[in-house]
Amino acid sequence: MRENAVLEMKGIYKEFPGVKALQNVDFFLNKGEIHALMGENGAGKSTLIKVLTGVYAKDKGDIFLAGHEKAVAIHSPQDAQKLGISTVYQEITLCPNLTVAENMYIGRGDNVLQNWKKMNEDAGKLLTELDIPAKPTQQLGTCSIAVQQMVAIARAVDMDCSVLILDEPTSSLDEQEVAKLFKLMRDLKAKGVGIIFVTHFLDQVYEVCDKITVLRDGQLVGEYEIENLPRVQLVSKMLGKDFDDMSDIKSENKKYEAQGEKDHLYEASGLASVAANPFDFYINKGEVNGFTGLLGSGRSESVRAIFGADRVIGGEVKKNGKTVKIKKPIDAMKNGIAYLPEDRKIDGIVADLSVRENIILALQVLKGFFKPISKAESLKFADEFIKLLEIKTASTETPIGSLSGGNQQKVILARWLLTHPDYLILDEPTRGIDVGTKVEIQKLVLKLASEGTAVTFISSETDEMLRTCSRLVVMRDGHVVGELKDDELTQSKIMSTIAGGEKNEG
Amino acid sequence: MKAKAIFSKIIKNQIMIPLVALLILALFNLIVDPSFFKISMGLNSLGNPVLSGYLITILDCGSELAILAIGMTLVTAASGGQDISVGASIAIAGSVMLRMLCGRNGSRELLVPIFVAFIVALIVAMAFGAFNGVLVASFKIQPMIATLILFTAGRSIAAWINNNELPIVYDESYAVFGGFIPGIPIPTPAFIAVICFIITALVLKFTSLGLFVQSVGINEKSARVNGLNPEAIKILTFVILGACVAVCALIKTSRLMTINYSVIAKDIEMDAILAVALGGNALSGGKFNITASILGAYVIQALTTTLYKFQVPSAALSAYKAIVVILLVVFSSDTVRGWISKNLKFGAKKEVKNV
Repeated sequence: MRENAVLEMKGIYKEFPGVKALQNVDFFLNKGEIHALMGENGAGKSTLIKVLTGVYAKDKGDIFLAGHEKAVAIHSPQDAQKLGISTVYQEITLCPNLTVAENMYIGRGDNVLQNWKKMNEDAGKLLTELDIPAKPTQQLGTCSIAVQQMVAIARAVDMDCSVLILDEPTSSLDEQEVAKLFKLMRDLKAKGVGIIFVTHFLDQVYEVCDKITVLRDGQLVGEYEIENLPRVQLVSKMLGKDFDDMSDIKSENKKYEAQGEKDHLYEASGLASVAANPFDFYINKGEVNGFTGLLGSGRSESVRAIFGADRVIGGEVKKNGKTVKIKKPIDAMKNGIAYLPEDRKIDGIVADLSVRENIILALQVLKGFFKPISKAESLKFADEFIKLLEIKTASTETPIGSLSGGNQQKVILARWLLTHPDYLILDEPTRGIDVGTKVEIQKLVLKLASEGTAVTFISSETDEMLRTCSRLVVMRDGHVVGELKDDELTQSKIMSTIAGGEKNEG
Repeated sequence: MKAKAIFSKIIKNQIMIPLVALLILALFNLIVDPSFFKISMGLNSLGNPVLSGYLITILDCGSELAILAIGMTLVTAASGGQDISVGASIAIAGSVMLRMLCGRNGSRELLVPIFVAFIVALIVAMAFGAFNGVLVASFKIQPMIATLILFTAGRSIAAWINNNELPIVYDESYAVFGGFIPGIPIPTPAFIAVICFIITALVLKFTSLGLFVQSVGINEKSARVNGLNPEAIKILTFVILGACVAVCALIKTSRLMTINYSVIAKDIEMDAILAVALGGNALSGGKFNITASILGAYVIQALTTTLYKFQVPSAALSAYKAIVVILLVVFSSDTVRGWISKNLKFGAKKEVKNV
């Protein structure tokens, strides 16, 4: 082991059916170091963390810990805990209706009898030591989220942890709370704890971290000292610059010829929802545009606001030049807008229903309660789209939940295509789909556009966006920070706009 | 191989659960005492020809439960919870009906046509259903807790509607609904139940109720993104259950020609929930099969009737019923069924080897 190291992971492999989640990944953590683990969705961050904490068993590779001569075996979260590896997750996993002290010691004592007085005293000591503004006897639920987060950390620290994993701890905190959390992290760092910090917020990485390890597509991109890695480079390393050699499919398709429409197909000004900050946006007939930005930048929230998927709280919307009210999904659907949600498990599929029922659902809702689509008709629709999108399913009556992710996605896409929208919003339509299908979907998008459908396309993969979109709205930290078109549509321009802040292009 | 596939498909079919249960009960009765299946024709006190026998009793007395099972299945599917206030709601609807028919002073003549009285009771029952529905859908209260309110208060409300008096209906035409239509030997409740089944089948065929209810029950968020209004659909299922309650109230009060607020339809909610469960429907909501629930209701009635036939004292009835129900539920559970089909598979493999 390196001198000063508390953790070394070497040559870690992990494969899931059809996905190589980790390939030969190394990760080193020093004593008293805050180490950011960066990468876009699917890069393998969480898999690496889960291997480390014993949630997943690794296929290959070794994990070394300070104080252990041989590689350690971690088969369960309990093993990890015993070896001094603690994790604090994004969602608070404590019990809000117990007291702070109870939460810190729950499930840890070996003895049945609990010395409550001692427990509260110990908790009090630790809280003052870590400067956490909470009383031991206070109910956890009455503390702010940040303090709850801190209590979770205190609990982890008290279990003699040498490695502390913070998985997106700041995503539900405001700036002041984040500052408090960072102070605690620095205190722990001074005490010699090695901290692995997983986050999507670039600013926070540069504020608090010493080192960055970047993963992409399950592979290690590199480990960098924070001073040696400017933001732009970090972003480019996360997204991956290499173009694949697929032909420029944009030029294959004919452009939609504008037929003297005066107004934008869709236009919003000051549109805001409970999740999205106010923004302006428009799209024309036959246009493919994109929202880009890192995960959590507000790109999904913005398109959800367009569709009314989250509660809309303000703004004016015009469709074909006429003012319309879109407060709920059904309003949007009636105005010819369709939305393929980012999280198909939560917002997309109805798992126990058949492929056929899933395909007709949106059209059926549009048609209304009293005009059911007959079985014969729905079978016709289902067969048509199974053939068109090459959905791999045993039959039309197979529950959608038993299909693979990519095929589920195609079914949801079929559902919305069936409503014949004139404005189609696709949020991460190609996530978790093999390359061949990806290109098919991109081609389909361009074909629809050439027929006059307006499409908003969101993807974590920049090259995919560049291949399909003619205009990109760039977002960072919940706000639109730029709009790129024509010559500006290049990787480097997008990355520098996403990264913002620093202007050094090196 | 193909036969095995078909067999495995049959075993996994939801409707098999109540069907097999019914078969077992029938077989048991056939072996122990075949007179269970005897149906005889006789004359009732009014001189009308009527059929009698245990099977007729099951058909007759199972009607209310089967009708309730329809609504309970929908409520369960949409909200993932159950309405435990149906018994109390039947008391309310029955009380409203008698109040309409007999008035405040217990008139011997019918004050309004039965049809009108029924419509009023129907509206009241559906309104109480909507009340439950709003609590569950809009205020996100657990269905069992939300309906506990009416479960507790319902019978008092029912008594209060008639000033705690027990009106008696003297007009014989009212007895038809719980008895016999003159000249027809099959009990009327069976016909009413069949009418309800047909209406349900038509509604499921000519509206999107099934698809919408299941979508909401399986994935509420997804249903919302697809333009559905989950609250409205949940409330709708409670209102439909309210309608079922009103029909049951008509049959129940007609059987007695009066009402007993604390006894009428007592514990029927538990049997209705059990019918849904015996039908193989997940009590956590989602996909449903109403036919299976209806069969489940008749299984419960068949069980009750069988126990009566063997002269189990009424006080001990519940205990016996509980034992049989435990057996039924355990054997119809996924664990046991999976185990059975797995072991059957092994059996099939061995046969191949021997060949």
